[in-house]
Amino acid sequence: MSGVHDTHTERVIEVRGLRSSFGKQVVHDGLDLDVYRGEVLGVIGGSGAGKSVLLRTVIGLRDPQAGSVKIFGEDVHGAQSTQRQRFERRIGVLFQDGALFSSLTVLENVRVPLIEYYKLPESIVEELAMLKIRLAGLPTSAAHKYPSALSGGMRKRAGLARALALDPEILFLDEPTSGLDPSSAAAFDELIATLHASLGFTVFLVTHDLDSLYGICERVAVLSQGKVVIADTIERVENFDEPWIKGCFQGPRGRSAAVQAERVKHTAGAQSAGA
Amino acid sequence: MPSPTPPSASFDNASGTIRIAGSWTLAFVDGLARRPPKLPRAPESTRIDASELGALDTAGAMLLLQTLRGAGISGIDGAFDGLREADLKLLLLVLSRSEDTDEPSERFFSFRAMLERMGRATATFLGQGRELLSFVGLTMVNLAGLVTGRTKLRLTSTVHHMEETGLDAVPIVALLSFLVGAVIAFLGATVLRDFGASIFTVELVSYAFLREFGVLLTAIILAGRSGSAFTAQIGSMKSREELDAIAAIGLNPIELLVLPRLIALMIMLPLLTFISMIMGLVGGGVVSMSVLDISPSQFITRLNEMTEVRHFWVGMIKAPIFAFLIAIVGCLEGLKVEGSAESVGRRTTSAVVQAIFLVIVFDAIFAVFFMEVGL
Repeated sequence: MSGVHDTHTERVIEVRGLRSSFGKQVVHDGLDLDVYRGEVLGVIGGSGAGKSVLLRTVIGLRDPQAGSVKIFGEDVHGAQSTQRQRFERRIGVLFQDGALFSSLTVLENVRVPLIEYYKLPESIVEELAMLKIRLAGLPTSAAHKYPSALSGGMRKRAGLARALALDPEILFLDEPTSGLDPSSAAAFDELIATLHASLGFTVFLVTHDLDSLYGICERVAVLSQGKVVIADTIERVENFDEPWIKGCFQGPRGRSAAVQAERVKHTAGAQSAGA
Repeated sequence: MPSPTPPSASFDNASGTIRIAGSWTLAFVDGLARRPPKLPRAPESTRIDASELGALDTAGAMLLLQTLRGAGISGIDGAFDGLREADLKLLLLVLSRSEDTDEPSERFFSFRAMLERMGRATATFLGQGRELLSFVGLTMVNLAGLVTGRTKLRLTSTVHHMEETGLDAVPIVALLSFLVGAVIAFLGATVLRDFGASIFTVELVSYAFLREFGVLLTAIILAGRSGSAFTAQIGSMKSREELDAIAAIGLNPIELLVLPRLIALMIMLPLLTFISMIMGLVGGGVVSMSVLDISPSQFITRLNEMTEVRHFWVGMIKAPIFAFLIAIVGCLEGLKVEGSAESVGRRTTSAVVQAIFLVIVFDAIFAVFFMEVGL
């Protein structure tokens, strides 16, 4: 879980020849994708390119029409339920709006995976859940609130706390910064970066947010025409010759995000040089 | 992968260091919490040998820090030997989030909690009554506006709701009334035959259906069928901010949503009540014919002679009032929906319960009133 995340060699997710379709509409057609242990992979693509469908297929919520998905070397879709449970406790998922259970408080939400999977003394469960809530950057006072009493940003943090409950090896994030104001979005990116650096999990990030891509992703996979057209570092993706990528990265938003990322790097460099 | 060794922490007297080993992970937390490793109190500067530390996760880090704090070591920076850098980062992160700076929110239990709940329930009940009355007022003002021309009658919408709440409900109202009419006739048959008074079954069925059951049965069916639909329709519009959009465009949600439903139900419920009365009598007639040998012509003659038409009016006059109650409660509950889809469900249940409650309470009040005035 720790110490190995600087060697990007072990494949934790292997997607091969994936084909998904809704009726006649084909979303993925022979899609291949590898995710290596410890990396932060950003998945982007136009609206309707099948990013969320890919995420749902990878975590086994949706069966593909053809192809295979392996997590930790185990086939997700062919697995028996006991096998499924084994890898389900090794992954954490943050859905778009947090997907918190609305009848439970934040603390109870975070406790759910802990008490369902492990037999633990009550005091430890409580303490551990509070730790996760604080790790996700929520104030302690939010723990006893119901999801309906939280803002969108806090709901996502609470969802993250629940996703982190079992110390997952892979964290799946579905558009974590959508619907957040720019400063909350930046704070959320920073939170993911901090946790990634300390906890060493692998991140599978589906996003629209170019700032997140520049800010925290080590590799970017671009979905287009039902395939991953390129999965590489952001610099190489930027210069890749594909119409959607060009429109995305060389449009006004792409340029400003790139400039912003450059500026952040620059000031960070200057600060460390000064210190 | 070799199977992980359980976590341990011990004090090595020879070298004066604390040795931690094994995997400190969630899987072992239960054991750790039951039998926490005992460490003697150690000076703050004690070195910690972590070269045999296996896997470490946040749960393990939390307990490791607790164990060390128990031994009197609170600062961990630089105290470790042989600790992987990633694990140190994890420990520092967990340590930085462990301090509980906020006040925990207060929660009450037992007697105080019970009092609090009772108080809340009472306040909610009174608040609900107030809201209902003010909504009745608001609707009345808008209804009066139809006469003065301040509000418009939305004819298309009204007719649509008349079809949905009225015409579409005819089969179920007719069938249930027929069955209840038959059941009442059976009751009459069993009890009255012993007295040789089985012909009075006709009066039993006609009094029951004309005065009470026709209208009550119809009102209860419509409370469950249309009252709940009103709440769900208006509620889901509210949760999707459609009501705000209506108000922002400068339209009146009461005029647009509430009045058509109210008027539709007030027209259709009396008509359905009439159908219910007729079907109840038919049900009673069929049973009388088959069990009691009262022929249809005999049944009708007896009905005509013995049952005065005032009973019909006693039942009928209640219909629009029940319709008003059901529509008002249904629409109000819909308007009270806030936020989530869960709220729509809760409000719908509440609307049905309240509507049926009010219908029965008003029916009882009417019964006493009509008895007093001798109708």
